[in-house]
Amino acid sequence: MTIEVKNLVKKFGAFAALDDIDLKVADGELLALLGPSGSGKTTLLRIIAGLDWPDFGEVWFDGENALVRGAGERHVGFVFQHYALFRHMTVFENVAFGLRVQPRAIRKSEVAIRSRVKELLDLMQLDWLANRYPNQLSGGQRQRIALARALAIEPRILLLDEPFGALDAKVRKELRAWLRGLHHKINVTSIFVTHDQEEALEVANRIVVMDKGRIEQVGSPGEVYDRPASAFVHGFIGESIALPVEVVCGAVRLNGQTLDLAADEAATGSSTLFVRRHDMQVGPAGSGLLEGKVSGIRTFGPIQRAEVALAASDAVIEIDAPRDRNLRIGEIVGLKPRRYRIFAT
Amino acid sequence: MTIQMTMDRERALPHKDRPAAPSRAGMEYRRTEPRAVRICIIALAVTFLAVFVVLPLVVVFAEALSKGILAYLAALSDPEALSAIRLTLLVAAISVGINLVFGLTAAWAITKFEFSGKTFLISLIDLPFSVSPVISGLIFVLLFGAQGFLGPWLQNHQLQVLFAVPGLVLATTFVTFPFVARALIPLMQELGTQEEEAAISLGASGLQTFFRVTLPNIKWGVLYGVLLCNARAMGEFGAVSVVSGHIRGETNTMPLLVEILYNEYQFVASFAIASLLAMLALITLIAKTILERHLDEGRLSHDD
Repeated sequence: MTIEVKNLVKKFGAFAALDDIDLKVADGELLALLGPSGSGKTTLLRIIAGLDWPDFGEVWFDGENALVRGAGERHVGFVFQHYALFRHMTVFENVAFGLRVQPRAIRKSEVAIRSRVKELLDLMQLDWLANRYPNQLSGGQRQRIALARALAIEPRILLLDEPFGALDAKVRKELRAWLRGLHHKINVTSIFVTHDQEEALEVANRIVVMDKGRIEQVGSPGEVYDRPASAFVHGFIGESIALPVEVVCGAVRLNGQTLDLAADEAATGSSTLFVRRHDMQVGPAGSGLLEGKVSGIRTFGPIQRAEVALAASDAVIEIDAPRDRNLRIGEIVGLKPRRYRIFAT
Repeated sequence: MTIQMTMDRERALPHKDRPAAPSRAGMEYRRTEPRAVRICIIALAVTFLAVFVVLPLVVVFAEALSKGILAYLAALSDPEALSAIRLTLLVAAISVGINLVFGLTAAWAITKFEFSGKTFLISLIDLPFSVSPVISGLIFVLLFGAQGFLGPWLQNHQLQVLFAVPGLVLATTFVTFPFVARALIPLMQELGTQEEEAAISLGASGLQTFFRVTLPNIKWGVLYGVLLCNARAMGEFGAVSVVSGHIRGETNTMPLLVEILYNEYQFVASFAIASLLAMLALITLIAKTILERHLDEGRLSHDD
């Protein structure tokens, strides 16, 4: 099923949660809506589901106007951030709910309902929990039951609101891979909301980066990471060093000192230079474009993170150097960005 | 709680920052009150309860049974007493029914929808708590009395509201309508709307959502509200007294009959009826404790 959203506007009082959103989702895609809290991503998801209504704009499913249908008639599976499992029902009854409330004319027989629920619980590898209640399950189990419940109605679209937001880091990582696998298996057009860029990059086929009710960039994980379309996207995805610079006639100046960098595109006047932490090459003093003094070092995992106080300005930046490059506190180093972007501010 | 906090603070402070190293006894003193003070406070609370709650209850039963069990039973089977009991049950049943529907609707509106004037509606629900019951009764006299606002119209249509069952029901409903709504609003606010949204997105209709998802979650709260509402409805005196007209055997509820019999020096009969109301209070108390336990369990089982 394809989804098309046109000119969507939604206001809560004076606050514009969605400000003229256009988006097309292809059949079978696994799309991430990524943005900070308050960016409108959850509102967009809820409008697609029919749980909220836009002030203006259109939503089309496969060329059909979805806004004339209520949430229950859209055949959309919705997974809530806090699962929203029915607390007084067993896991089995939770999953069966969508099948039991169907109008009598199209409702499946009890036997068919039972076998469908069993099949879904098997798919989630949780059939042994059928008679438990939600409060007896772990967070990861609840999340999978919520997903099974949403899938029971054979949805044409699957929407997930911060699906892993309430889980601890380890379970979250496991479920990411599992969700990718599940999507591959059932191949339903899916959209999930997240504020975790790593999650979006790892799970989605395509990412929509949102900020303040607007779409900043749409692209594959590789595109949004390697070619961010705006200062916001560069700052939000991947950890970046941001330095205020002045661009005059194609020359980039940091605090009056001209750097040997080419200013791309039309950036001119006061701008921001973005460099990923690991794209800042560390060499001996005098080897780079910038000089700085190492003022602190922390190592974690494969990374050695150094705080460097720049000589050219009073900025202190954090860079990631490989562990085998031995840095010492107080050492003067030369820095050279391997890759960088400049955006006008 | 206080004890725990004091101890934590002691631990958190690095040694040198501690204000004047307290002696061992000094620390004990700060952790809790001295034994004598504790005993005094507990004794005071227990004495107060004994004098103001237990003693009157005992007196009610003692007085009711002062002429023996037969006199007690005879007083209760008096036609006037039976009529008062029947009337009280009828009025309470209707009022509680009305307030159950109203309370559910109001709590639903307040917790599930956003609309202007919501805060006003919430404070309006509390109105009967802040108005004297006598005033509540008078409102209905002013509305439906012979000289009242709707009086002439009612007379023309041969409708009797005051000094009859409808008046009693109206007055009782008015003074008891906060109970169900008050019990449900905080509970439903805590539950939120996500389970309902989940049900609707799974294709459930509004009614299916209410009966399969909402009601099972709030059933203990509903029972709790109904229980308190019922206790107040059966025990209401002030408002009912104003609208009843005290027609013997017709518009006297149990609390009203207690007063009438007492004023006529029929102490056994008066206290016999009073003992029924006291028993209702005791049963309510026990049921309330049980329901509160269920409500707490429900709260604990909330996910996350």
